[in-house]
Amino acid sequence: MAGAAAHDHHDHKPKGWVRWVYSTNHKDIGTLYLIFAIMAGCVGGFLSVMMRWELAEPGIQIFHGLASMVYGVEGDAAIDAGKSMFNAFTTAHGLVMIFFMVMPALIGGFANWMVPIMIGAPDMAFPRMNNISFWLLPPAFILLVISAFMPSAPGAHGVGGGWTIYPPLSTSGQPGPAMDLAILSLHIAGASSILGAINFITTIFNMRAPGMTLHKMPLFAWSVLITAFLLLLSLPVLAGGITMLLTDRNFGTAFFAPEGGGDPILFQHLFWFFGHPEVYILILPGFGIVSHIVSTFSRKPIFGYLGMAYAMVAIGAVGFVVWAHHMYTTGISLDTQRYFVFATMVIAVPTGVKIFSWVATMWGGSISMKPPMLWAIGFIFLFTVGGVTGVQLANAGLDRSLHDTYYVVAHFHYVLSLGAVFAIFAAWYYWFPKMTGYMYSSAIANTHFWVTFVGVNLVFFPQHFLGLAGMPRRYIDYPDAYAGWNMVSSYGSYISAVGVLIFLFGVFEAFSKKRVAGASPWGEGATTLEWQLPSPPPFHQWEQLPKIK
Amino acid sequence: MRKILASAVAATASFASAAAYAAQPVEWQTTFQPAATGIMEQITWFERYTLWFIVPITLFVLFLLAYCIWRFRASANPVPSRTSHNTLIEVVWTVGPVVILLFLAIPSFQLLTAQYSPVEEPKLTIKATGNQWNWDYEYQTEEPLSFNAAMLSEKPEERKAAGKEDRGAYPRLLAVDNEVVVPVGQVVRVLVTASDVIHAFAMPAFGIKVDAVPGRINETWFKADKEGLYYGQCSELCGKDHAYMPIAIRVVSDAQYTTWLAAARTDLPGANKALMAETDGAAKVAAAGN
Repeated sequence: MAGAAAHDHHDHKPKGWVRWVYSTNHKDIGTLYLIFAIMAGCVGGFLSVMMRWELAEPGIQIFHGLASMVYGVEGDAAIDAGKSMFNAFTTAHGLVMIFFMVMPALIGGFANWMVPIMIGAPDMAFPRMNNISFWLLPPAFILLVISAFMPSAPGAHGVGGGWTIYPPLSTSGQPGPAMDLAILSLHIAGASSILGAINFITTIFNMRAPGMTLHKMPLFAWSVLITAFLLLLSLPVLAGGITMLLTDRNFGTAFFAPEGGGDPILFQHLFWFFGHPEVYILILPGFGIVSHIVSTFSRKPIFGYLGMAYAMVAIGAVGFVVWAHHMYTTGISLDTQRYFVFATMVIAVPTGVKIFSWVATMWGGSISMKPPMLWAIGFIFLFTVGGVTGVQLANAGLDRSLHDTYYVVAHFHYVLSLGAVFAIFAAWYYWFPKMTGYMYSSAIANTHFWVTFVGVNLVFFPQHFLGLAGMPRRYIDYPDAYAGWNMVSSYGSYISAVGVLIFLFGVFEAFSKKRVAGASPWGEGATTLEWQLPSPPPFHQWEQLPKIK
Repeated sequence: MRKILASAVAATASFASAAAYAAQPVEWQTTFQPAATGIMEQITWFERYTLWFIVPITLFVLFLLAYCIWRFRASANPVPSRTSHNTLIEVVWTVGPVVILLFLAIPSFQLLTAQYSPVEEPKLTIKATGNQWNWDYEYQTEEPLSFNAAMLSEKPEERKAAGKEDRGAYPRLLAVDNEVVVPVGQVVRVLVTASDVIHAFAMPAFGIKVDAVPGRINETWFKADKEGLYYGQCSELCGKDHAYMPIAIRVVSDAQYTTWLAAARTDLPGANKALMAETDGAAKVAAAGN
């Protein structure tokens, strides 16, 4: 039946740039998203390597030089511009990785590609909206890039307020246009995500193949459905918050300015009401992907399917009522802190269910350690490490000492840089043969894994020690006592950068060797619908809807 | 590399004196700084306590993954089981974590409550105001005392003029021109605010960290048990020189504090020098005596 679709006369596709720019095809748009995410990931990775290079030794190493190269300042002005530039780098690294790498890769890329296929739908519900969802992203990214070259604080360029852009540092603290451009960039990226979320919710609710009830739907589709709801409910709050920031900056309002009766802490509540669901937005699609990969390479159905699905629902729901655990030191009352400690700890329960269910899926299986499985198991372990430090940080009494130190940096990079990113690479190696029709070199993929695994652990594990010793985040320079672990961390970052080069080489190698992958290269363990289609799938699939038993 | 080795050796050599101050980070440190207050002792205890749960859990997951990879490898187990449900085990791994969380929650809530329950009514209140990029301190005593504290300059002549050439006691990026001076063994209330953007007043050895928010006054307290010179740093991103606005608190005996406070109202640099002559001299004698 799949073969019949390939011969269908509807399988003509537009030629040249029209195919991509005007695209309404979910697979082409998914490909665009993936290419965009790879490029943004390289930008964000470059920013982080520069920061680690700076932090390799105490004192200011490179940023005064970078500032004089980019902004043409000399002497003491270069040192001042360099300090601000470092803050702009931390800010841009966070924003680029979150909004322009992880979200486009997981939601725009893999979900766009695979969710319609997996639920037996011919395309997304709103193909033209899918097009605008993607094409809003490049302008948003360009605005963010332009903002890096615009004045912010006196003598400084680029947004240096951190990705959390707390006022007054983001209002009166940086009067120049850089922040306005960044706010506009976030608005556009947010609009893109909201449109995408509406599209996924509509598609998943209305376009499942006959017989595919919600309780038979693949877990990746479940994870994307929950993610889409989180996006839909949280992004408007961010949009409201940053709009108030914009009017405070430009139109004389004082939502967040105490001298006008406003409150800087209000912004933090609005920001984290978005920001905490956002971190689940980044990781939930990874949960779905890892479930499929573990099941496929264990040749076993997922253990506790319903528990897995509803654990994600629970994580998404509780994720909306824990936001102020980012704000334990802001002066919120004792009872408020007690509630947020309690609510935050609750999240550990469904997360534990997921970890143990993955292990139980492997238990009794027939496991082959192909590259996607390697990345997925790496994900499970590293996510566990990041998860248990999250349980520590949930305790306001302990967070008092760890808040805004490198301990927090280590924690959230274990769940995101080592969690979400490992899930992205797992998905890449899992679906690459399906998307392109070519099989990559397993040797290169495995090398990529081990180099990255060693590199990122060297980057982030010592940061736990730095945090315990008291080193604050977002510092361009640190007391000499922190030099040792910072040096280890920086070397780890260089190794991780080599990992990225291996990844890019692996992609190049796969396209140049053109090893034909076949429809279902992972064998009988791969049971979801995409493996019933040829690789790559026809331009339009499921013209005859699959029937689900 | 040689530089690192040298600094490691230096760190080992300086460990004794650093430990005597119990106040600042040391090379290759992997734990909290030594506690100087009862609250920080409790935080340190609780952190160790959580490790007894999270390290075994992480190792358990690692062990299970490794065991599955080895025991159920395709060559050893060619026919996979089809088991996809087991109600008992699903209940166990839901209820088990709940019980573990209860074991964490009880001391956690006790710690949190203790942080908001000063052991006695504070006799001294100090207001700390964060500015870009230094701190103003105001002693709310009958005759108020206020001064500004900024990072100590790295210029050798300025260090010499301040009598702070000893980089062990007055480290780069941590030392300030005017330390906050408080009496040992007394509850000190700290009111924290800011004049421009948000900063955060943090003192790792005391277990306190509170945001300095313009338009708001936050309150915290500490009761330092050990005399010494303690260092903290601004802990909320506040712009260009965020890394360059340290916090230094000198904990001294009641008599030394009273003398310093009386002198500081008229001659702060003189009072600081007189105090340094006593405390730093005493520390050197103690180190030599050991």
